Amino acid sequence: MAEQNSTKMVGKQSIVFNNPPLILAGSSIAGKKEGEGPLGHLFDTVQEDPMVGKESWEEAESELMKEAATKVLEKAGLKNSDIRYLIGGDLLGQLIATSFGVADLNIPILGIYGACSTMGEAMALASILVDGGFADRVLAITSSHFAGAEKQFRFPLDYGNQRPYSATWTVTGSGAVIIVNPNLHKPNLGEKAIVVKGVTIGRIVDYGLKDSMNMGACMAPAAFETISANLEDLNVDPDYYDRIITGDLGYVGRNILIELLKEKNIDISNNHMDCGIEIFDKDRQDTHAGGSGCGCSAITFTAYVMKQLREGAWKRALFVPTGALLSQVSFNEGKTVPGIAHAVMVEAV
Amino acid sequence: MGNQKKIPVSSIVHEQDLRKRNENYKKYVEENTPKNSIVKDTIQAFIVGGIICTIGQFFISYYQYLGAGEEAAKAYNSITLVFLSVLLTGLGIYPKLAKFGGAGTLVPITGFANSVAAPAVEYKKEGQVFGIGCKIFTIAGPVILYGIFSSWLLGLIYYILKLLKVI
Repeated sequence: MAEQNSTKMVGKQSIVFNNPPLILAGSSIAGKKEGEGPLGHLFDTVQEDPMVGKESWEEAESELMKEAATKVLEKAGLKNSDIRYLIGGDLLGQLIATSFGVADLNIPILGIYGACSTMGEAMALASILVDGGFADRVLAITSSHFAGAEKQFRFPLDYGNQRPYSATWTVTGSGAVIIVNPNLHKPNLGEKAIVVKGVTIGRIVDYGLKDSMNMGACMAPAAFETISANLEDLNVDPDYYDRIITGDLGYVGRNILIELLKEKNIDISNNHMDCGIEIFDKDRQDTHAGGSGCGCSAITFTAYVMKQLREGAWKRALFVPTGALLSQVSFNEGKTVPGIAHAVMVEAV
Repeated sequence: MGNQKKIPVSSIVHEQDLRKRNENYKKYVEENTPKNSIVKDTIQAFIVGGIICTIGQFFISYYQYLGAGEEAAKAYNSITLVFLSVLLTGLGIYPKLAKFGGAGTLVPITGFANSVAAPAVEYKKEGQVFGIGCKIFTIAGPVILYGIFSSWLLGLIYYILKLLKVI
């Protein structure tokens, strides 16, 4: 859209920032199983106790979030009061993990829900606020907890049942980033700085599936449409990015995504990566289709993707957390499982 | 995956009729999702279910050996199996058995006990009334409701047939 060139709006649903906000720091707090996975050595903290010393799964998740927020502030060398706004969300009903987790930080907060795409949504909004001049420093955060998610979406933890191969394993963990105005902070010497170049906001995409045990297939069309939209809006080829990183499609969803894109002559089979596939070793850890949950993409991003960018292994990545917009009520009422995906363009500079 | 794909991806990506697209996508996903082996699952269920029932038979015989009548021995056996299942649920072992045994652990009375004990453990934190009280039968509830309802229905049929002197 030529007439839109003077604004930051690009194409149908994307934004390219004038002054790309800087991701100053990221933190990753992971559970025990995640700590035993292939990325285990990269996390800031691995919490061995699933209850994190608390009384319930919900409190435990809040505690993970609190730890992630504290850690990211510490890594950035900032105090709570330096943060203008906090944007966060989780999977539990009415975002209780977030509310109880970050209340003590006393930072003005916007709670958001994007299911497992929450990290993408939070980072997109944070970048928009910073580039728009509405905030100087914004903390974006999310979390998930295996047991809390099982309890809310499936069965009590001790109930004996079998999971199909297409089922995913909710990641226990919390990840946070601080996104700041690049003029305020100098990047560390010897390391690349990571900026958010732009974002593509996803639409709700529903191809009519109803199988909540096959979330990868439910979300793959959303990733397909958001990635296509990003490439079209920016008029770039897929190899513009060193990696195109989906959130939690798992093995089933990943194959579908690659095939759908191929049909549009977009080949990402060489540079695609899925956080859900990276975070667990499916053979050793019995996680079936892979990891999922808000925490999955969040801690993979903060622990692994940011490291690759910092060290210069990758120059550009498209981070596309994916979410399945269902609840137990919508599922019981026979509704479909719509998907959503938001894309965040990150670049090492 | 799958070399002889029946549903081409083009019939999803380029299909303008959304209902048709969704139908095609559903079939495509079914073809491309790995499935559990029914044969393997059935054999595992048979073994695990068989072992549970053999343990049950052992208890019945044992209680009879101790002098209980047949009916009493069966009741004691049920109580014992329920206790063991609840204990293994509390220790987190029953879900591991169920992962392997599937319906073999679900169908015997131990599965029923597990489905009651698991919510009790999980919802204890939400209180005795709104937690355990309201939610203990979230899984077993349908079995109890429709179990009682169908026995009532069968009883009614039996009664009517008796009145009509059919039986």
